[in-house]
Amino acid sequence: MTTAIRVRGLVKTYPGRPPVEAVRGLELDVESGECFGLLGPNGAGKTTTLEIVEGLLDATAGEVEVLGLRWGSDDSAIRRKIGISLQETRLSDKLTVRETVTLFRSFYASGPTPEEAIARVGLDEKARSYVDKLSGGQRQRLAVATALVGDPELLFLDEPTTGLDPQSRRSLWDVIRSLRERGRTVVLTTHYMDEAERLCDRVAVIDHGKVIALGSPGELITRVGGEHVIDLDLEPDEPVRPAREDLLELATVKSAREEGDRITLTAGEPHRALPALLDLIRDRGIKLAGLTTRTATLEDVFVTLTGRHLRDGE
Amino acid sequence: MHSALWNLTLARFREFYREPAALFWVYGFPLILAFVLGLAFSERPVPASTIDVQLDGSDTAAVERIRAALAAEPGLTVHIHDEATCRQRLRTSKTDLVIVPSPGSPGGVEFLFNATRSESVLARNAADRALLRAANPSSPVPPSTELAEPGRRYIDFLIPGLLGMNLLGGGLFGVGFVAADMRIRKLLKRFQATPMHRTDFLLSLMLSRLVFTLIDIALLLGFSYLMFDIRVRGNALAWLVLIAAGGVSFAGMGLLIGSRARTIESISGLMNAVMLPMWMLCGVFFSAARYPDWMQPFIQALPLTALNDGLRAIMNDGAGFEALVRPLLVLAIWGVVCFALALRLFRWR
Repeated sequence: MTTAIRVRGLVKTYPGRPPVEAVRGLELDVESGECFGLLGPNGAGKTTTLEIVEGLLDATAGEVEVLGLRWGSDDSAIRRKIGISLQETRLSDKLTVRETVTLFRSFYASGPTPEEAIARVGLDEKARSYVDKLSGGQRQRLAVATALVGDPELLFLDEPTTGLDPQSRRSLWDVIRSLRERGRTVVLTTHYMDEAERLCDRVAVIDHGKVIALGSPGELITRVGGEHVIDLDLEPDEPVRPAREDLLELATVKSAREEGDRITLTAGEPHRALPALLDLIRDRGIKLAGLTTRTATLEDVFVTLTGRHLRDGE
Repeated sequence: MHSALWNLTLARFREFYREPAALFWVYGFPLILAFVLGLAFSERPVPASTIDVQLDGSDTAAVERIRAALAAEPGLTVHIHDEATCRQRLRTSKTDLVIVPSPGSPGGVEFLFNATRSESVLARNAADRALLRAANPSSPVPPSTELAEPGRRYIDFLIPGLLGMNLLGGGLFGVGFVAADMRIRKLLKRFQATPMHRTDFLLSLMLSRLVFTLIDIALLLGFSYLMFDIRVRGNALAWLVLIAAGGVSFAGMGLLIGSRARTIESISGLMNAVMLPMWMLCGVFFSAARYPDWMQPFIQALPLTALNDGLRAIMNDGAGFEALVRPLLVLAIWGVVCFALALRLFRWR
């Protein structure tokens, strides 16, 4: 396998008082043909890193190689080979889907026809609609279509499904999966662990401008200590708290953390951990406000790795 | 597959004509403005003066004599009222002058007028003349002829100014605002990430602007011709050259203004800061010569002043290419400096 993106010692410091160190010595390798996820809270340096790799921003220091080429000397060659969907772009409201895709297609020497690109993201029926008549999910698919028209080897998707309803997310996942099946390299950023699990071969968790964990989604969740999470909500006035040591002794429980009135456990096998937990609570006479079980999310991975929440920085 | 330049330009056209509000403000509004101002300032002869003669006691013969004298003068309307009514009517501007028969005073009358109203002063002079002519019927009347040369009306002055104002607004809105808007929508950043040639993008802004301007100017001139019989009396080719030079120069100014703005507030503020002073100073609605002498070097160096002067010279005075030297020089300097700065400063994100 060849390397699609190679980043070494990447530093980006925004001037100011005090200067903002957005990226502090970041290292990254993305292999050709894989779907790679960048995860992290806002302000972690995800977008800055992505934009430097995309050639939209200059690095303060460090090396970036894209498809074996470098920004500064091979700019137009790289731009011909990559496709980008920026989450924040507002395409022109009064152009139709086909006109928008045709406009972007005209920037590239070769690639699929506008109709093919529109079909690939499943917008055929909306080809003649104005952009301002599209739903959020359809707009995101259009943004992906504009990234596809140059038949790119490497595709960057910045938070492609943030803010979309479940059905729109699923239809976008299908689009991204079909790209990967065509042998394209895809780099995406996301807040959602389930999305990373379904789409990404590997993910890098970024915090404070550095990669703090790297691996397949499964590996990351195992590292957290189990993919199941039990959230225990205590009555606000409840004076008795279960001891942390007791919780960690429960069957298959890997970790426990207390935060206000909520106790969060990770467990390998919830069907064994739960009865033991309920016994413990009954014994101590603790009043519960609620109890939920769920699968581990990026949030849990992140909190376990850093002790902070993903959204703390927002 | 068409070229990027063609597609970018086409996109500008589509975005423009699919936005009815934009169509109205760019094309409809200047026409309405010209129409309203044309009506407001359409040239009527100086209105007739209204004169009240004060009926004093029983001396109706004196009043009748005055009325007969005034009737001989065209354009005077005469009413007869008592003293209180006369004063009240003069105070409320219902009449322009009150004549009080006054056998004791020289001339046999007294004039009661308002020195701050030109109508009142005109009425006094007209009444004075009418009474003098009545007293000396043999004095000769010098012949007077009305001026009928083209370009004498206010609307003749106004329309070239509106053309210049439209070119300025078109350049600032059509290039500066559009570029800033695309930056705010992160569309410029998205374009920057493609192999699109930046010159294609900038050229598409210019080309679409050029076409919009020509339509705009043709509409305004056609409308003015039909409504007010305004035409280009000088060299039409020189006029077109001047219009094009103005359009390009203001497009450069627009590009400079829109080269860095990242919020709607800052681009709107910048455009107003450039446009409003030029509307006031550059002889759009009234002659720039009315400003004091010490301001003139500054005012004359502004591009809109140069453009308006040139347009008026060609349209009203029938000038040709010889009138273009100064306007073209001023516009060229502004255009080149603005373009050079804009290309250096232009921010894609």
